[in-house]
Amino acid sequence: MADSTTSRVSFTLDSSLDSVNKIELTAEQIAQRAGFDEDTIPHIAMAVREAAVNAVLHGNSHITASFETTSDSLIIRIADQGPGLDPDKVPDPLAPENILRGSGRGIFLIKAFMDEVNFRQLHPGTELTLIKHRMPAQPGT
Amino acid sequence: MSMKVHTRQVDGITILDLSGRITLGEGSVTIRDAVRDVLAKGSNKILLNLGDISYIDSSGIGELVSAFTTVKNSGGELKLLNLTKKVHDLLQITKLYTVFDVKDDEATAIASFTK
Repeated sequence: MADSTTSRVSFTLDSSLDSVNKIELTAEQIAQRAGFDEDTIPHIAMAVREAAVNAVLHGNSHITASFETTSDSLIIRIADQGPGLDPDKVPDPLAPENILRGSGRGIFLIKAFMDEVNFRQLHPGTELTLIKHRMPAQPGT
Repeated sequence: MSMKVHTRQVDGITILDLSGRITLGEGSVTIRDAVRDVLAKGSNKILLNLGDISYIDSSGIGELVSAFTTVKNSGGELKLLNLTKKVHDLLQITKLYTVFDVKDDEATAIASFTK
């Protein structure tokens, strides 16, 4: 049976800003190895950083990060053990009444920079799955 | 790399030259403290020079917004100078580019403050 998974790495870290930086750096390195272009790599790294920051701020003692590179996508999962997040209740940071808020743009940026973002409620906690598709191969390449 | 702030005065305007990263736990608190110090010293015309900011995340963007509203609520003005492409793009995406008064030239920025 064909297996499209080319590589996968996952780790569990304590809930800290050092962990956020490590997860962000890992995302950047894996996106580079996966062949994303220089404009896309920082976007992926930032989306992953925002997800990890959310996990630290709203989670509990530790966060789990996994990175899976397939033939057509980079799939990143960030999970925490916090009280859970309902994405439908996150205020729209572009709404006029929210535009001058000092926070609340993390989820928005994740959605802006990734192709797919999925939320899954754990018990306890939240898992965010961030997916970035590779560009389709050009004819003749 | 953490963020650094260098403060100088030009024609009654306080210029904060920022360098490094503005992220949660790094530069965001530094900006808050720097703006608070400027206001405490009686100046409320502030130009944030972001030319050497290599990276900013949503916490950093939020801190810029908070600084803007804090200064505005004190009757002052806060403007941004020398945005890198990354910061410019983030402010566009978050629709904050038109909220801030953004300048590309220091002399023009200094002249634009209310005298």
